[in-house]
Amino acid sequence: MSNIITVKDMCLWYGEHQALKNVNIEIPEKNITAFIGPSGCGKSTFLKTLNRMNDLIPGVKITGDIRYGGTDIFSKEVDVNNLRKEIGMVFQKPNPFPMSIYDNVAYGPRTHGITNKVELDEIVERALRDAAIWDEVKDRLKKNALGMSGGQQQRLCIARALAVQPKILLMDEPTSALDPISTSRIEELVLELKDKYTIVMVTHNMQQAVRVSDYTAFLLLGELVEFGKTDDIFSQPKDQRTEDYITGRFG
Amino acid sequence: MKALMLVSAGITAALVLFLLLYVMSQGVPDITWELLSTSPSYLTERIGILPDILNTVYIVLATLVIVLPLGVGAAIYLTEYASNKKVVGIIEYAAETLSGIPSIIYGLVGMLLFSNNMGTCLMAGALTLVIMNLPTIMRTTQESLKTVPQSYREGAFGLGAGKWRVVRTVVLPGCVDGVITGCILSVGRILGESAALLFTAGFAHTASDIISGLAAPGASLTVALYVYAKEQGEFGVAFAIAAILMILTVIINFAATLVQKYFAKRRNI
Repeated sequence: MSNIITVKDMCLWYGEHQALKNVNIEIPEKNITAFIGPSGCGKSTFLKTLNRMNDLIPGVKITGDIRYGGTDIFSKEVDVNNLRKEIGMVFQKPNPFPMSIYDNVAYGPRTHGITNKVELDEIVERALRDAAIWDEVKDRLKKNALGMSGGQQQRLCIARALAVQPKILLMDEPTSALDPISTSRIEELVLELKDKYTIVMVTHNMQQAVRVSDYTAFLLLGELVEFGKTDDIFSQPKDQRTEDYITGRFG
Repeated sequence: MKALMLVSAGITAALVLFLLLYVMSQGVPDITWELLSTSPSYLTERIGILPDILNTVYIVLATLVIVLPLGVGAAIYLTEYASNKKVVGIIEYAAETLSGIPSIIYGLVGMLLFSNNMGTCLMAGALTLVIMNLPTIMRTTQESLKTVPQSYREGAFGLGAGKWRVVRTVVLPGCVDGVITGCILSVGRILGESAALLFTAGFAHTASDIISGLAAPGASLTVALYVYAKEQGEFGVAFAIAAILMILTVIINFAATLVQKYFAKRRNI
């Protein structure tokens, strides 16, 4: 099994505040890696570094080495828009654009230069099928996406991310704003997607990490405390702090 | 105490109603087709306000054509691109102050800046009004840019869209209502402006097409009102113009409300 992302000695500062401290991790390809940890431990920050979304926040400083497929993601040769095409992202709160369902999914492909109607139709249908929402929306593709339920909106956002054919899908607590039924649908979907995509998921919910992920990383106060197979982390954690957290002693 | 407030409310309502009814009753009977559709002539002693109507339309158009791209462009730059928030804050504060100063000051500056160089003409008036309305357009656009949720921008960046594409496809459509509202408010302000135009645009009553009209001096409706009332003692005409301006203001306010309602509805689908 190969690693698609390698992070070495990564530190991150928001101005004076250091949010991540010497993080070292290798993310395995076509697996689901979950990041757990209490609020403010830096899991979302870490996730947003991988596709350089942190570039948008003023005052962020990052040191260390992050490689995607062997390439330094901060090197000058890397086109950040292309990087974000390869490493897609699904956000905590569903954020469809105020456009039609079709235009939402077609937004990415259009951004990257696809204008052919037939081709776009195909991409949109495939993405919506992959996100397990095609049957629900196929008769109302021209309707505004904001009219959908929260769970549908989140699956639409997944479809929108899939439409640019990424290699990696970053998911930032994708079910925290959803009800239990929508949550389990998203979890099922994520399990199906790992055949084709590498998924890195931040979750606040430890049960979710157990149900879904193959690997789990535990972050605490900006430090990567422990990383390993999910079964091992939850059955025999090596670090006392991990054990305290997963047994609910804090967090 | 309650009685006192009732009296205040009553006086306020009475004053507003009185003003409206007084101007309308004095002005509306004098609005005739001949008044609206002819130019004044000293030979036949005819008074017509067609040139003034045309001048007003030209000034409104010329001002908007210049102020819209400037104001909207500045707003986009300050909100979406500028990284020095301190400078942005200073500019915003300055713009807010500018929109509050008496218009006669704009007139004075416009006269020195434009009329003294290009002559007294509608264009000099329009340019003065551009300076006057720039803060309004910029601020309303900025405020509506700020209402576009950050999550839309993140979503678009996350798909690999570049800055300009994000602005064009996600941010701008979300602030159209602000631009239109700013536009309508500005039209209202231009229609009602007199002090700044007295200095810069002149008093002529000649009907002409837009190009030669902008290059020549001319009175807007408000300036014409002043001239007819103060210099010619034609109070009937002055009141007719006043009534027309009032009706236009009502229409403009109504349009602004409609636009805001329309977009508010579209936002909460």
